[in-house]
Amino acid sequence: MSQAPVGGARRTPLHEVHEALNASLVDFAGWLMPLRYGSESAEHRAVREAAGLFDLSHMGEILVRGPQAAEFLDYALVGQLSAVGVGRARYTMITADHGGVLDDLIVYRLAEEEYLVVANAANSDAVLDALVLRADGFDTAVTDESAEYALIALQGPGSTRILAPLTDADLAAVKYYAGYRCTVAGHPVLLARTGYTGEDGFELFVSPESATAVWDALAKAGEPHGLLPAGLSARDTLRLEAGMPLYGNELSLDLTPYEAGLGRVVKLDKPGDFVGRAALTARAESGPTQTLVGLVGRGRRVPRKGYGVLRDGVPVGAITSGAPSPSLGKPIAIAYIAAGTDLSSGEFAVDVRGRAEVVDVVELPFYKRDR
Amino acid sequence: MSVPAELGYTKEHEWVAISDDVATIGITAFAAEALGDIVYVEPPEVGSTVTAGDSCGEVESHKSVSELYSPVNGEVVDVNQTAVDNPELIGSDPYGRGWLFKVELSEEPADLLTPEQYTQLTEGEG
Repeated sequence: MSQAPVGGARRTPLHEVHEALNASLVDFAGWLMPLRYGSESAEHRAVREAAGLFDLSHMGEILVRGPQAAEFLDYALVGQLSAVGVGRARYTMITADHGGVLDDLIVYRLAEEEYLVVANAANSDAVLDALVLRADGFDTAVTDESAEYALIALQGPGSTRILAPLTDADLAAVKYYAGYRCTVAGHPVLLARTGYTGEDGFELFVSPESATAVWDALAKAGEPHGLLPAGLSARDTLRLEAGMPLYGNELSLDLTPYEAGLGRVVKLDKPGDFVGRAALTARAESGPTQTLVGLVGRGRRVPRKGYGVLRDGVPVGAITSGAPSPSLGKPIAIAYIAAGTDLSSGEFAVDVRGRAEVVDVVELPFYKRDR
Repeated sequence: MSVPAELGYTKEHEWVAISDDVATIGITAFAAEALGDIVYVEPPEVGSTVTAGDSCGEVESHKSVSELYSPVNGEVVDVNQTAVDNPELIGSDPYGRGWLFKVELSEEPADLLTPEQYTQLTEGEG
């Protein structure tokens, strides 16, 4: 029942803030991260109804700079990054030659010849290695800047109200998936309107030295608005409700973006070759062998990762993520099931430790904010 | 972390209060804190026989599910339906309104930890 002892895990620049808040800390991808500060349901609800503050400093930041930066990323990734305007961002993926996903990424175009690639903590080294290898022959430099950045996310409908008095940026002009250099509480920040919660919000890339001051300023400004610091546990239920994939669960080296229902990120019509093109073209033509579905439990026992999905008692797939949904008040799960499975008839159930629990198949996402 | 002096404990983080051959059983504050928000609990059914050290139910939180182990031998005579309906009580009042089930003892329980022994155990894990 207890947390695993945390020995050699790395600490983020906000570690002392988490300690002072008495967070439950866990080793996540080699980083000592806050799992929750108090009640994870309360943290989840704060993000849905007010705002939450997250430390995401474990994420990897890789800088790609040089005259051929755009051409290089068009070759190395599945998206067309040359088509992204300066100041804008794109959700994309990096795959292996066989089309399997190495990681899902957010890439910011900081300047004509400069991009910031943000990778998942667990994959950061693999993404860096792949990019360095693929950059051979391009006039571009690939550098690991992860140690140069702390990353703080402010998420929830109250985010704009909380951030506006602290920044010189015109937040009304900061579009979704855009990144701007500005100041927050007097500190230089790369401010992006991105997130992983299904809510409006911002992500702030700051220097490690500025991290605590920026966090404290946001926490203080947010307090009257109902802001809570929120941990990885709430982050996971928020992204799951929003139907967003998590690498290691819905995404893996064994699956292409098409299985995850994210074929739209693969730009097969872009000019030039790119890593994975042949395999992804073939997969786009043949169609995926598995598809992702959303499941809502009728009972209270939670379908969890790895549990089998049954249709009229016959195995058709497996759960990739499952959790109690604070917004729905029911268990929710995402599962891969065999392509062609008839979803419109039959009784679906999940084998929850030997007992079948009836579930309903629903369209993703489970939760969508009012815009 | 609260470890009431009048209770017995197990290394699986259950507490036991014995009165007139009936044991009341719940999970400790340490366990509740480690689990986080508890969303579901399934105690053993009334009338079933439980054996010390065997799994007899489950406790589910946001991140995980844990088995519930019986600390004693006997027959289940009562379950706390209020806690089943409101599992958050297990976290907010683990030694009070968050109790889980009662067992009529078929024999005296052996091997329960004293509060001092349990405190020592949790300090090792905490």
